[in-house]
Amino acid sequence: MTVTSSELLAVQGSRVLRDDTTVFAGVGVPLLAAALAQQRHAPKLTMVIEGGIIGPRIKPGRLPISTNEMRAGHRAQMLPGITDTFLFAQRGFLDYGFMGGAQIDQHGNVNTSVLGTDYWKPKVRLPGTGGANDIASLCKEVIILTAHEKRRFVPRVDFVTSPAWLGGGDSRRRAGLAFGGVSRVVTTLGVFGFDPETRRMRLDALHPGVTREQVREHTGFPLLEAATVIVTEPPAAEELAMLRALDPERRFLG
Amino acid sequence: MGGPALRSAEWDFVAARRRLEDKPKSAGEKLTSIDDAAARVADGDRVAVGGCLFSRTPLALVREILRARRRGLTLVRNLMCTEGEFMMAAGAVERVMTAWMSIGLPWGVSKVMRHYVESGAVALEEWSHLALGLRFRAAAMGVPFVPALTMLGSDLVAVGGMKTVADPYSGETLAAVPALFPDLALLHVHRADRFGNCQIDGYPHMDADIARAAATVLVTTEELVTDEETRRHPDRTVIPGFLVDALVHVPFGSFPHECYGLYEADFDHFGAYTASIDARGPEVAVGDYLARYVYGPPSWDEYLDLFGGERLAHQRALARELTQ
Repeated sequence: MTVTSSELLAVQGSRVLRDDTTVFAGVGVPLLAAALAQQRHAPKLTMVIEGGIIGPRIKPGRLPISTNEMRAGHRAQMLPGITDTFLFAQRGFLDYGFMGGAQIDQHGNVNTSVLGTDYWKPKVRLPGTGGANDIASLCKEVIILTAHEKRRFVPRVDFVTSPAWLGGGDSRRRAGLAFGGVSRVVTTLGVFGFDPETRRMRLDALHPGVTREQVREHTGFPLLEAATVIVTEPPAAEELAMLRALDPERRFLG
Repeated sequence: MGGPALRSAEWDFVAARRRLEDKPKSAGEKLTSIDDAAARVADGDRVAVGGCLFSRTPLALVREILRARRRGLTLVRNLMCTEGEFMMAAGAVERVMTAWMSIGLPWGVSKVMRHYVESGAVALEEWSHLALGLRFRAAAMGVPFVPALTMLGSDLVAVGGMKTVADPYSGETLAAVPALFPDLALLHVHRADRFGNCQIDGYPHMDADIARAAATVLVTTEELVTDEETRRHPDRTVIPGFLVDALVHVPFGSFPHECYGLYEADFDHFGAYTASIDARGPEVAVGDYLARYVYGPPSWDEYLDLFGGERLAHQRALARELTQ
């Protein structure tokens, strides 16, 4: 069976997570990626879910649809309430924030609120931030998992729902966001980082078979390139087997 | 172009405190009927809804407010689900405050929300999830704002009119998240005694803060327990009776949303509901839904009959399997 886009994102995303850490994960592919990391190489990883859940064990075939339903908290260690769960992140206990994105710009800012330039008269009203703004503001490091499409990768997002590097340079710090920021964007074409000075998006790695031209074609802004652009390891059979066992109905794996 | 700006009544801690001081805080009987409870909601009220998304939503109370044909409400809920869609389609709300609205990933972006918000019929004021939680927390603390590190630098700041404050110690810029004192709280809990002492199992969500923030608190409960039972496990009481104005005993009071450990949400029902919206558009589809589930059945029991006992038993079994 060929590897779907969601499987690629989940596997590549899971590899970013180190053991002995904590991850604030959104439902869908981010949560699958975290669960895969926990099973494969990071047994001492703690997952935190914004519905107020610490340390759940995801039940294969019963993946949560929302962050705050019973499925999400299956065999959890603690249910502290939503506000207090986010306050763990504000205090500095969350190493990674793991999220998707509707529209992302060259400084990693994400829009999940409105398309169009007038917030009060939107062309398209999207669901909104949920906890994404808080995760982007408060976790030590934020990793975005997203399909790589030109309509998503825009020079400037219509609306900054979740702040990454804002206008670049030190603008995040100047806005009062003293910590965190987006470290990596994992897409269906490759892995991207940010230049430490300008905070512009930079191509760090290509998935096997993907060319620089393909990436440029699907990106609506000029990309920087790392001195050495590496090629990622394709998903291994073991990783795919574990991942597919978590979502046998293929609710999120496509 | 602007939208709703922060209104002083939301964060006026002095007025909110006076309102509480002037209110009876009885340890007496709170048990009443659902229509008597819902009659305390007036047109134009700012109403906070407990639970979260399709978890522990006080749907029996929401239904009764819709049946009373309230208008001009501001609905506040951290993550908004079908209850917000019903309120929009019924013309009950002019403004909603939330961090996220839709049912969930499998059903896509809410077409009902898109229809009413994009047309300008309803204003959607977006706050981050933590910021909304802290707005209730600040109100629960009786203070006008709490400092926080979230929402800074984003375009959400301008939407809600949040201000920043300089830390008087370090000089750092902090978010000054304003209190939100609702006129009413609508809550659904697992068990309560007739005096309104409430206990919640599983996810606490934001209910305890909302109960402390609101001027008037209406509660429905799955189970009605004795005073003795409350006193046997006082550590589990999260809302004391003197906060509560009206209590109604409503088993399955969140259905088809979930109640932790008792019944799982009816995902098939959500599927049929959204399929109908896809096929016939938000106004017609939700209009018909309201006629069938809200305006039709006179009582909650008759409402539950539309789902059937077999379905309720099935959802109970699923909840037990997930939480044991």
